[in-house]
Amino acid sequence: MGQTQQEGALEPLKSTLQRLGGVNLLPFAVAVIAFVLIGAPSSWVTLTVAGLAMGMMLFLMASGLSLIFGLMDVLNFGHSAFISFGAFVAASVLAWLGGWLGADSLVLNALAVFCAFAAAILFGLAGGWFFEVVIIKPVYRDHLRQILITMGALIVAEQMILALWGGSPMTVPRPAFLTGSILLGDVAIEVYRIFAFLLGLAVYLALYWLLNRSRLGLLIRAGVEDREMVEALGFRIDRLFVGVFMLGSALAALGGAMWAGYETLITPALGGQMMIVVFIVVIIGGLGSVEGTLLGAIMVGLVANYVGFLAPKLALASNMLLMMAILMWRPNGLRPAVT
Amino acid sequence: MTHAPSLASPKQTWGALTVKLLVLLVAALLLFAPFLFQDTRSIEVAARICVFIVLVASYDVLIGYTGIVSFAHTMFFGFGAYGAAIALRTMGPGWDAIALGASVGCVISIVVAAAIGLLSLRVKAIFFAMITLAAASVVMVLASQLSQITGGEDGITYKTPAVFKTAYKLLVDDHGKVVRWFGVKINGKLAAYYFVYASCFALFLVMLRLVGSPIGTVLKAIRENEARAEAIGYRVVAYRTFVFCFSAVVASLAGTIYAIWLKYTGPKTALSFTIMIDILLMVVIGGMGTMWGAVIGAVLLVLAQYYLRDLMGSAAEALVNVPLAPQVLAPDRWLFWLGIIFILLVYNFPKGIAGTLADKGASR
Repeated sequence: MGQTQQEGALEPLKSTLQRLGGVNLLPFAVAVIAFVLIGAPSSWVTLTVAGLAMGMMLFLMASGLSLIFGLMDVLNFGHSAFISFGAFVAASVLAWLGGWLGADSLVLNALAVFCAFAAAILFGLAGGWFFEVVIIKPVYRDHLRQILITMGALIVAEQMILALWGGSPMTVPRPAFLTGSILLGDVAIEVYRIFAFLLGLAVYLALYWLLNRSRLGLLIRAGVEDREMVEALGFRIDRLFVGVFMLGSALAALGGAMWAGYETLITPALGGQMMIVVFIVVIIGGLGSVEGTLLGAIMVGLVANYVGFLAPKLALASNMLLMMAILMWRPNGLRPAVT
Repeated sequence: MTHAPSLASPKQTWGALTVKLLVLLVAALLLFAPFLFQDTRSIEVAARICVFIVLVASYDVLIGYTGIVSFAHTMFFGFGAYGAAIALRTMGPGWDAIALGASVGCVISIVVAAAIGLLSLRVKAIFFAMITLAAASVVMVLASQLSQITGGEDGITYKTPAVFKTAYKLLVDDHGKVVRWFGVKINGKLAAYYFVYASCFALFLVMLRLVGSPIGTVLKAIRENEARAEAIGYRVVAYRTFVFCFSAVVASLAGTIYAIWLKYTGPKTALSFTIMIDILLMVVIGGMGTMWGAVIGAVLLVLAQYYLRDLMGSAAEALVNVPLAPQVLAPDRWLFWLGIIFILLVYNFPKGIAGTLADKGASR
C-alpha cells in the first residue's frame, strides 16, 4: 500500500494526492510496485491484463450485492446462488446452441454468446423478483433473520443446482472469436480477457449513468440517503427495491456467465467459492457504493494475479491479507457510500 | 428478533416445564445409551449428539444470547480437533498429548477470536458475519493445502490412550474375559463414550452457569439494545469479544473431544462448511436464546442425518414406479428439504421448538 507510509508525511503531499484521486490511485500504486518487483515488462503486462479482467468480472458479481445492501440494507447471503445459476444457465444455452457456436460465421457465434448471456440475465431478473418478493420482503429491517433466511435460500438453491445439473463438472464451450490471443510486441493477451474487461467497463459506465444521471438513479440515491422522506414525497419505494434487487441479481448472473466462459470448466461449488471473494471485494470497496466496488474488485483482481506470480504459496491468503490491511487503514472500506 | 421469556423466570409455564423435562429425558437417554441401544451405529450417533449439543450450545451463547452471527464456529471446532490430532500423532497416544493438543487448540482459538473480535465487532452484525465467513474459508483452504501438518484432504488418523481402545478390558471376570452388564461389554469403547458424555455434560453446565450469571444478563441486554447497554456503562465491545472468545474455547474443546472419539480428524469431520450449516440449522430449529433449544435441535438433526436419509432412500426405492417421487425423495436431496423447513421455521416459528413450546400456557 503506497499511501499508508506517506500518511504521516507533509500535508501538501496529502492534498496533492487527494486532488489526483485519493484512494483511486491505489490500483496504480499496486501496479507500479508490482512492476518493480516483477522486473519483466512482458509478464507484468500479461498479469495486469489478467488482473483487470478478473477484477471486472468480480465487479459484475459484487456490484449487485453492494447495490442491494446500499439501498435496502439487505445483505443477501444467497447472492452466490445467482452467480452459479447464471453460470449454469449460460453454459447450458451455449451447449444447446452448439451448432451456432461451431458454425464458421461470426454473426452466429456472437448470437449464440448473446443468447447465453441474455438467458442468464433473464434468469437473474426472474429469480431476483421471486427472491425479493417471496423470501426477503417478510424480513426487512431484521438483520439476524435476513442472514438466516438468505443462508437457507442458498442451501436450497445449491441443492437445486445439484439436482438439475448433477454434481460433476461441466465444460463450457467458447466461441471461436473469443479464443486465442492478440500479440502486442512480445506480449500475448487473451481475447476473452479483453472482452471481459470491456463488458465490465460498459456495465460500470451504464450503472454510473443510471445512478448519477437519470431520474431513477436520483430516486435510488435518495432512497439510500433517507427512505422515509422519499416515501413521504409519494414515490413507491418498494417497487424501486424490487427493481434494484432484480438488477443486482441479473448482474450477478451475468458475472457468473462471464466467469463460466473464462474458467471453461464449472462445478456446482463455483458460487460458494466466488462468494468469499465477492464478500471481500464488497468489504474492501465499502458497502453500498458502485465506485467502491469497482475499486475493490480491481484491487483484488490485481493483487491476486501479482501475488500468484510473485509468491504462489501466499496466493490463497492474499485476498484475506489485503482485506485485513485495508480494514485496519479504513474500517469502513475504501469508498463507503455513506460516510 | 423477539424472544421467549426466559425459561428461568419464576413463573413457570407448563410449556417451559415440558422443555426441561424433554432435556432431562435426553440427558438420561444419552447416559444409558450404550445399554439401551446396543449396536455400534447407535453409540456413534449418541456420541455425535453429545458433542454437537456442546457445539450448538456454544454457538447459541453467541447468536441467541448476544446476537452475534458468526460463520467461523467450525473453524474453532477444527482448531481443537486438529490440535489434538496433531499432538496425538506426533507425541503418541497419551494424556499429555491430549492435554497439550487441547490447550494449544484453545490458545489458538482465543488469539484468533480476539483478533477477529477486536478488529470487527465494533461494526455492524452483517460485516462481522462476512468477515468470519472469509476467515473460516481461508482456514479451510489452509488445512487442505498444508498437507504435511494437517494431512490435507485425507486428514489424520492416530491412536488414542489405551483405555479408549475397543479391545481394552475395563473389568475382567475370573476367567480373564470382559465383564458384561446387561449384555454390554465393559470395554474401552464404553470408557470412551462415558469420557465424551462426562466432558460434554461438564461443558454444558459451565455454559448454563455463564448464561445464568450476571454476565448472561448483560449479554441479553446487549442483544436487545446495544446503545442502551453502552449508555448504562457496559463496554459492549469488551463483552462481545469476551463472549466470542468464550464460545470459541468451548467449540475448540468440543473439537478435541470429537477428535478423541473418532480417532480421525479431517476437513470433512472438523472443518467443512456443512458442519457450520448443521450448527445453524440446529440452533434455529431448536430455538435460539435457550440452552435447552440447543439440546433439542442437536438431537433432532443428528437423528435425522443418520436415520432420515435411510428412510428417504427406502421410500424412494419403494415409490420407484411413481413419477417424480424417487427424484424428490432421493437421499441426496435431504438437505434441500431441510433448507425449506429451515426457511419456514425462521418465518413462522422464529423462537424454534424450545421457544415456541416454552410460550405455551403462558397466556392461559
